[in-house]
Amino acid sequence: MLELHHITKKFNAGTVNEKVALNDVSLRLNDGDFVTVIGGNGAGKSTLMNAIAGVWPLDDGQVIVDGTNITAMPEHKRAKFLGRVFQDPNMGTAADMQIDENLALANRRGKRRGLAWSITAKEREVYKSLLAQLDLGLEDRLTSKVGLLSGGQRQAITLLMASMNKPNLLLLDEHTAALDPKTAAKVLKLTDEIVTQNQLTTLMITHNMKDAITHGNRLIMMHHGRIIFDIAGEEKRKLTVEDLLKKFEECSGAEFASDRALLS
Amino acid sequence: MFLNWLGTLPGAAAQGIIWGIMAIGVYITYKILDIADLTVDGSICTGGATFTMLLLAGLPIPLCLLIAFLAGTLCGLITGIFHTFLGIPAILAGILTQLILWSVNLKIMGRSNVAIPGRNFDLWVSALLPSWQSLLVLIAIIAVLIAILYWFFGTEFGTSLRATGNNLNMSRAQGINTDWTKIFGLAFSNGVVGLAGALLFQYQGGSDVKKGQGAIVIGLAAIIIGDAIVSKISQNFAVRLLGVVLGGIIYFFVYQTVIFLGFDSDLLKMLSAIVVAIFLGLPYLKKKYFASKKREGKRNA
Ligand SMILES: Nc1ncnc2c1ncn2[C@@H]1O[C@H](COP(=O)(O)OP(=O)(O)O)[C@@H](O)[C@H]1O
Ligand SMILES: [Mg+2]
Repeated sequence: MLELHHITKKFNAGTVNEKVALNDVSLRLNDGDFVTVIGGNGAGKSTLMNAIAGVWPLDDGQVIVDGTNITAMPEHKRAKFLGRVFQDPNMGTAADMQIDENLALANRRGKRRGLAWSITAKEREVYKSLLAQLDLGLEDRLTSKVGLLSGGQRQAITLLMASMNKPNLLLLDEHTAALDPKTAAKVLKLTDEIVTQNQLTTLMITHNMKDAITHGNRLIMMHHGRIIFDIAGEEKRKLTVEDLLKKFEECSGAEFASDRALLS
Repeated sequence: MFLNWLGTLPGAAAQGIIWGIMAIGVYITYKILDIADLTVDGSICTGGATFTMLLLAGLPIPLCLLIAFLAGTLCGLITGIFHTFLGIPAILAGILTQLILWSVNLKIMGRSNVAIPGRNFDLWVSALLPSWQSLLVLIAIIAVLIAILYWFFGTEFGTSLRATGNNLNMSRAQGINTDWTKIFGLAFSNGVVGLAGALLFQYQGGSDVKKGQGAIVIGLAAIIIGDAIVSKISQNFAVRLLGVVLGGIIYFFVYQTVIFLGFDSDLLKMLSAIVVAIFLGLPYLKKKYFASKKREGKRNA
């Protein structure tokens, strides 16, 4: 379970460029919730995820994961609670390291890294079967450098890494935005499978309204650093893109026209 | 003349291996951690000076070498702390430590140079000994060093250092304390450099505070030469490290030959730096050239 209590994040505070990227945001995710997040460019979606991941300190508010207050925890320490996939396929994997080495790094997230050998033979077998599930032919390329793979393959591996050891929360930041439509659909389908299989509590940012409606059990819309719309269950299932656009207009007022292109 | 030149080769090989050991230290920061660490110009001398003074004080050679290694790690620790805790860019952090070490090295030695009277000690490596003897000791040291590095960078912790240099974002997301891995890598690297300094001063028969100047350039040159030779043959980590040592030897052969041919030795540092600059710049120029080619191709299409 994730709880955000009155989170505020300002960039360049006290200068003419001051930007309140998150403005008193509170949010509560229940176990197993799969929440999609939409909003125009600069709405604060990525900032929300970075706030949870601890990329920088907050100006105000608390982040609580499954009862543990992680607000003051450095990024590498709270990593044990979180699985993350980024928009840029290059960001989630180490390009000059082998596929199995990348998986082994993820497998030790939140554990002590000592002087034991970095991958055991038993692990390799597990990785092989995990990779086979991706159906991308990667199970025979365990020792290939990740840098040689396509963006879609890298995102699939990052997704696998993020879901290892069942993190308390899975954070996906437009993780299909850099892929071609066909690959994006494949990775999205994979996301659904992995989330369902492991019953992961998930926060998924997407720029695609249709995806936001068809995936997950709850949807939130952000605007100017606030959550302006939050819908779940049956109501969400019946949602259409038109509904969303109308809702956006209602909640954000006159700025709708300029943001419309970005949202659809 | 030719025979005279031939006669300089075993000695050059010995010194080349010592520079190769230093270059392995540089490899840890430059290639694995992706940090250009200028500490080495100071830490090589710190290792050498520490070794020299302890030897003169009567300590056994293995202990002197060990303490020289530890002195080197302390140098790297300073740079690591400057870089991570104080957020100083790595290059500047290295330069600051280098300045600190200039003073420290003078204090260790008490003056700007100290001689080791070679005949009074059972030195492991020395220009005074038959070359094969020094070579044998150095080859043994290289073998042990490469074995340790090969093992270490295959461990869980060692892999987390490699990940840190490869992708900082991913490393943090996977729970690696990247400040700690960087500090450790910098300390380890400078420990190896300090050890190389101890061997170098032992071989040359004394300490000189100016000896370290330009060490980083020699290290980079050895890495570049080594990469050029072995990267096509094998990607194996041990082979690559061996390539770095080979790079050090080749660098020193060329150096020795150029001196032997009567080249103005005042210009040697400049020459090394220009050669390294060209090799570092080559990949960039290649990329630019191919990018413009592609653009042209599109325009013509
Ligand atoms: N590191 C940063 N420094 C300064 N401003 C930032 C930083 N990160 C985000 N911002 C600003 O905060 C706002 C929200 O950004 P972001 O969360 O990335 O939006 P999005 O919803 O498109 O993901 C934007 O105005 C952006 O320019
Ligand atoms: Mg974003």
